[in-house]
Amino acid sequence: MADVSMTVNGRKVSATVEDRTLLVHFLREEQRLTGTHVGCDTSQCGACVVHVDGKAVKSCTMLAAQASGSEVVTIEGLANGSELHPVQAAFKEHHGLQCGFCTPGMIMAAVDMIRRYPQGLDEKTVREELEGNICRCTGYQNIVKAILAASASMRGDAARAA
Amino acid sequence: MYQTNYHRASSIDEATAILAGAEDGKFVAGGQTLIPTMKQRLAAPSDLVDLRHIGDLKGVSVENGEVRIGAGATHAEVAGDSTLGTVSPAICHLAAHIGDPHVRHMGTIGGSIANNDPAADYPAAMLALSATVHTSKRDIAADDFFVGLFETALEEDELITAVSFTIPEKAGYAKFPNPASRYALAGVFVVKRPDGVRVAVTGAGEDGVFRVAPFEDALSDTFDVSALEGAAVPADGLMSDIHASAEYRANLVAVMAKRAVEAANG
Ligand SMILES: Cc1cc2nc3c(=O)[nH]c(=O)nc-3n(C[C@H](O)[C@H](O)[C@H](O)COP(=O)(O)OP(=O)(O)OC[C@H]3O[C@@H](n4cnc5c(N)ncnc54)[C@H](O)[C@@H]3O)c2cc1C
Ligand code: FES
Ligand code: FES
Repeated sequence: MADVSMTVNGRKVSATVEDRTLLVHFLREEQRLTGTHVGCDTSQCGACVVHVDGKAVKSCTMLAAQASGSEVVTIEGLANGSELHPVQAAFKEHHGLQCGFCTPGMIMAAVDMIRRYPQGLDEKTVREELEGNICRCTGYQNIVKAILAASASMRGDAARAA
Repeated sequence: MYQTNYHRASSIDEATAILAGAEDGKFVAGGQTLIPTMKQRLAAPSDLVDLRHIGDLKGVSVENGEVRIGAGATHAEVAGDSTLGTVSPAICHLAAHIGDPHVRHMGTIGGSIANNDPAADYPAAMLALSATVHTSKRDIAADDFFVGLFETALEEDELITAVSFTIPEKAGYAKFPNPASRYALAGVFVVKRPDGVRVAVTGAGEDGVFRVAPFEDALSDTFDVSALEGAAVPADGLMSDIHASAEYRANLVAVMAKRAVEAANG
């Protein structure tokens, strides 16, 4: 068994779990944070994307033990109380989801992407960057629109704050 | 996934010592190949030795015309290294097109070449660049390192610490990705140096990465796409699977070689 402790959405958590426990199962079953989804068993769909130490990773392809000592942020950690994160708000505004299964991973990937492109994003880059996130419903059109809008609004906010 | 025992090593010596004491242990670096394989129950190591916290495996350096990339450097770190981008942009371009952003945040160059997947990108670069693979035991020339399908010259308890190569005069990489997996259906890395040209192909060979002597000779005479006009590789010895026939792969190799030369001359 592995003693695992990490910060999840700003809260320190610890547990003793089987060494083989995947981070996604630790989050969903131990922490009851079921926003992070499992959409495949081949590490390809991206429904499970969370941030570990500030970087988007597939939580189905990392052991909880590997993440011990890290800072983890899940979809539940984005909103500020009842105020949605700008990327969540943009997905709502631009109808970037249908069934919603891929959405947590899409949004976590989008937040990471926007952070890595502080100079802004274009459509081609967004589509390339979504390589690891599969959506079976939307055809991606509105997801791309939402990410571009969120990127623009977050840059505007940053400019106003500066 | 079957049961396993997780260990976290903080030094190269500690990692090899833990592995030596394990019944059937394996190193885990980014886990982007090993964890999916364990999930499918195609691998069942008794112990996992995590290399991600070993400082000596990290970092990229360029000194006296030599590039050294730590085995633990992630694909994202190689892609985004600005010094490397100046002296050898082809390798950054290659790293930037492995899998997807999440895979690139975790996957490492050491794990990629240790695994030697016949469709992985880095083996082509290592072979074309005549790189040296540094391990916990010795230095191995890329020519001797990649032995066959998923097979390398590494011994069970041998740990890759870094790879190094001399900065090339010119280099270029072009891959035709499998639209679903993004692994190479065919990928070609070309390197031009004063003493000649090397061309290495991944994704296509039945025995993994290989060099193409006729392309190398033609390009050593004239390093231009025109030198490859009409050039072809035989379909014999190339992979045939649900994704592409050997004949299609043979054609892709010639097309990717031309694109790689264009990129190198770009
Ligand atoms: C969805 C997806 C898409 C991908 N697409 C591509 C692609 O387009 N191109 C491509 O090339 N790859 C691709 N990959 C594979 C990816 O690049 C992996 O990161 C890489 O092959 C393995 O690196 P790792 O650090 O994750 O190794 P791990 O999975 O941790 O280990 C792989 C093997 O190497 C051994 N190992 C690891 N580090 C060392 C070391 N330092 N010394 C000795 N042995 C070591 C391990 O014991 C294990 O046997 C993809 C993976 C996924 C999940
Ligand atoms: S669940 Fe599909 S990539 Fe993680
Ligand atoms: S909204 Fe249904 S999978 Fe994306």
